[in-house]
Amino acid sequence: MSEHIVKAFEDELKALDSQIAKMGGLAEEALGRAILALDRRDPEIAEQAIRDDKAIDDLERLVEEQAISIIARRQPMALDLRQIVTAIRVASDLERIGDLSKNIAKRALAVAAEPHPKQVMLGIKHIGLSALEQLKNVLNAYSSRDADKAMKVWLRDERIDNMYNSLFRELLTYMMEDPRNIGICTHLLFGAKNIERIGDHATNIAETIHYLVHGAAISEDRPKGDVTSYTIVEFPELHWKNGKD
Amino acid sequence: MMQMQTTMTEGADVTAAVGSRTSASSTANDAIMRARQVSVFYGAKQALFDVNLDMPGKAVTALIGPSGCGKSTFLRCLNRMNDTIEGARVTGQITIESDDIYAPHVDPVQLRARVGMVFQKPNPFPKSIFENVAYGPRIHGLARTKSELEEIVVTSLQKAGLFNEVKDRLHDAGTGLSGGQQQRLCIARAIAVSPEVILMDEPCSALDPIATAKIEELMDELRQNYCIVIVTHSMQQAARVSQRTAFFHLGILVEEGETSQIFTNPKDNRTQDYITGRFG
Amino acid sequence: MTDATANSVKLHNWSSEANAARIRSRYAADRRLQIYGIAAISSAILVLAILIGSLVMSGASAFFQTKASVEFYLDPAVIDKDDINNANYRKIVTDSFAKLFPEVTTPRQKTELQKILSTEVRFTLRDYVAANPGAIGSTVRLTVPLSDPFDQLYKGVIPPRLDALSAQEKARFENRLKNRGLIDIVDGRTVAKVNLYIDPAKVPADNIGGGNFQAILTEGIDALFPGQRIAGIYAMFDDGAAEVIKQYVISNPGSIGKTVENLAVPVSKPYDTLNKGERPLIPNPRVGGENEIAWFERLQNLNVLSSPFSTELFLNANSRFPEQAGLSGAIVGSFYALLVCFLISFPTGIAAAVYLEEFAPKNRWTDLIEVNINNLAAVPSIVFGLLGLAVFLNLFGLPRSAPLVGGMVLALLTLPTIIIATRAALKSVPPSIRQAALGIGASKHQVVMHHVLPLAMPGIMTGTIIGMAHALGETAPLLLIGMNAFITSAPTDILEAATALPAQIYSWSDSPERGFVARTSAAILVLLGFLVFMNGIAIFLRQRFERKW
Repeated sequence: MSEHIVKAFEDELKALDSQIAKMGGLAEEALGRAILALDRRDPEIAEQAIRDDKAIDDLERLVEEQAISIIARRQPMALDLRQIVTAIRVASDLERIGDLSKNIAKRALAVAAEPHPKQVMLGIKHIGLSALEQLKNVLNAYSSRDADKAMKVWLRDERIDNMYNSLFRELLTYMMEDPRNIGICTHLLFGAKNIERIGDHATNIAETIHYLVHGAAISEDRPKGDVTSYTIVEFPELHWKNGKD
Repeated sequence: MMQMQTTMTEGADVTAAVGSRTSASSTANDAIMRARQVSVFYGAKQALFDVNLDMPGKAVTALIGPSGCGKSTFLRCLNRMNDTIEGARVTGQITIESDDIYAPHVDPVQLRARVGMVFQKPNPFPKSIFENVAYGPRIHGLARTKSELEEIVVTSLQKAGLFNEVKDRLHDAGTGLSGGQQQRLCIARAIAVSPEVILMDEPCSALDPIATAKIEELMDELRQNYCIVIVTHSMQQAARVSQRTAFFHLGILVEEGETSQIFTNPKDNRTQDYITGRFG
Repeated sequence: MTDATANSVKLHNWSSEANAARIRSRYAADRRLQIYGIAAISSAILVLAILIGSLVMSGASAFFQTKASVEFYLDPAVIDKDDINNANYRKIVTDSFAKLFPEVTTPRQKTELQKILSTEVRFTLRDYVAANPGAIGSTVRLTVPLSDPFDQLYKGVIPPRLDALSAQEKARFENRLKNRGLIDIVDGRTVAKVNLYIDPAKVPADNIGGGNFQAILTEGIDALFPGQRIAGIYAMFDDGAAEVIKQYVISNPGSIGKTVENLAVPVSKPYDTLNKGERPLIPNPRVGGENEIAWFERLQNLNVLSSPFSTELFLNANSRFPEQAGLSGAIVGSFYALLVCFLISFPTGIAAAVYLEEFAPKNRWTDLIEVNINNLAAVPSIVFGLLGLAVFLNLFGLPRSAPLVGGMVLALLTLPTIIIATRAALKSVPPSIRQAALGIGASKHQVVMHHVLPLAMPGIMTGTIIGMAHALGETAPLLLIGMNAFITSAPTDILEAATALPAQIYSWSDSPERGFVARTSAAILVLLGFLVFMNGIAIFLRQRFERKW
């Protein structure tokens, strides 16, 4: 595609894109740190991740201002219009991802002192890294305007949902096994939920990329894996009451 | 999420399909005017190449494109104003309500009453406001009595949203009005002969933004009763006032469709480049 | 769009001395251009002022006519009541006018006296009597015009007396005679001393009285001015000079065959006057002799002369006598010719222009027609005159000198102007008006008749009037079809022989009478007046009806 006749317009659009790229990088970093903090039970990294969110919020405000200014001054049409709308949406998604990462980091801080069930931690780390990869891929798809890549991200979200489902069951089981686990498990459950939400935001971004490239929403329904809303785990027999454990 | 059309627009059959999924008022199925394989030659030079376009009633169709793309030429084919240009030749078929307007028995003078035209520069006759509007009905014999004529003039001015501004000075010169009022007077003059179609050739290019807004508002009202075809250089204007948009380039109808689709998600790269300001 | 090389722009030094000099020279050039223009306009105005000024100076007197208030006795013996028109009014005029001059008695002098009044007076009198038959037998006082020489005399255009001797003649007298001591005064009469050879061949001794003394005097004069055969030198001596020589020879017969030295011969009267230190004058030959001057002075002393505004100039037709010649025939003739011209060229011109501009296809033929129309406008008018002569007079056999033919020829002349002006006016109607009318379904004819033509009308009228003004001033074609005829009455229709204003000017300018000089200028002023009036109308129409789009 050739460049705009008005060079300043081209520059403004590029600036907008680079803000998004910067935001994406920060969001990735925040999520990575949050997962690391959870994994290593390191309060310092957790605090670092919390601080990252501030920068992401500032950037989102900046993107929003720039986008509004371009709409007002340039009256963009077609691809330009979609690009700006996309930027606003992606920025908002990334801001949410930043918030969720912060939340994960806070929970990491809360549970840092507690003993961690190794099995569960492994699951959380796994789902976290998956979400991180999804985020990375979707940001790459955005920067290269690659709808196919975005589509792949979009389809793979089901995996995260499934992982979350099993984690959900697992945590419930832990909580049922030993009420002392309820504290930490609740934190971990919310953390996992946040990661799952991050995955959803990545899918949102993927959908936005599809709209940006094709000018239309993805017509088919996304395969949804998160069934926790209607999951009920059978109460196990209370072994510990009988003192068998 | 917006409801977007993803159908490819190549040829008239597809455009009909596109229209069918949107509001009934702007479908191509109830087209008042249809152009089929219309080509225009100025001497040896071909200015338009096989244009197929349907212009629905109760809707505004905007023709956009760079200068010299043939959009005005096409507009002038619709009321045979090209007949007045020496060496101009039109091939193909244009119908209004299924009457072929280039059929040998069709009188261009009568046709121009059915297909009114508003020009780029407001061009009221240097006569009174009343006479400007009354001229058309008079030459076509639309009014038998003086009071009938007066009624036509008043209703035309009312429809053009000008009556309240000029009712006390109907017999003052039409050229004494402001530019926007003059253009609305020209619209009233076109309405007075009760056309089915109103063609507008860049009607706001000589007007200030407020006068432009008034004309655009008027177009939106007139759309309820007429088929309106407008040529404009302002893409924002096309986006604001029209229901359907056709993009011409180098004498070819590149793309045509729902206005919202053309301006958010054009299918052709040439359209995209033009409306986003990337041409050349 | 913009190239990146814009960064390397070297800034111009706007405050340098060279820059200031450039600005100064630029302003100087502006001023020079203005001065050239002002000079050109001033010289044009100056020339125009000189032209108008000289016309007014020489023509103003023609707008006034000298008249004498004279009592006429309408003698019933002369005027037959039943046949008023055939009475001898000339006698009444002669007798009545002679009463002012009791000393004039001889019929011959009475006839001379009569020349003071215009010959037209008897017709004035006849018309008066015809209008007032009851006045017969009474005495009426009428103001009647003077004849041209006395009119001019009264206005001071010509002097009553002229210098008898030219400066050359005076100088010759001084140098050749007076300075050589040959002039003397004997018995109050100036004489010149001349050496004369009394040629025996010219003076026979047996018949001295029959001798050719004039020839002897001529030889003597020739001897005074050796080698110069100058006209007028013989008029230096009095008619009685030969007689003086004859008397001398008769009293001295011995002088025959000898040379008589220093014979006192009387010089002619003007030289006599000159020698006595006075200005030698003779009566102005245009007026007549001393008698006429005396009579005229008498009239002035009687206080019967006046010089009122000359209605004759406008109400009379042409005449041989300047004091009676007027412009009415020419004005009416011009009016008829212009009327015919307008009726032919205006509709034809508009129709042609409308067709060419609005209907005709633009092809080689219409191009050819257009070029030819433009060329026609540049064809010399005399060619149109020849065409009129050949076609209208010889081929169609239309009457010669008629305003009809004049108008037709002028129509040919103005037609290209009107066509060009009309086309320009039609072109200046903006195409948006045509489009507007076409756009609401007006037919081509309705567009032209309802919109374009009414809007172009002021321009068309302006062009037409300017074309007509041009035709009004046109002379050459009218001369060729005989519209410079001498006609003494205004035409009553377009087939009658007539003349036109410019042709009248042309024929007056050729007339020898002194009064026609002033009348020619006056006629030019009248023609200019009409032209200014017509152009004024054109300007008025343009100002009044011009539309702005």
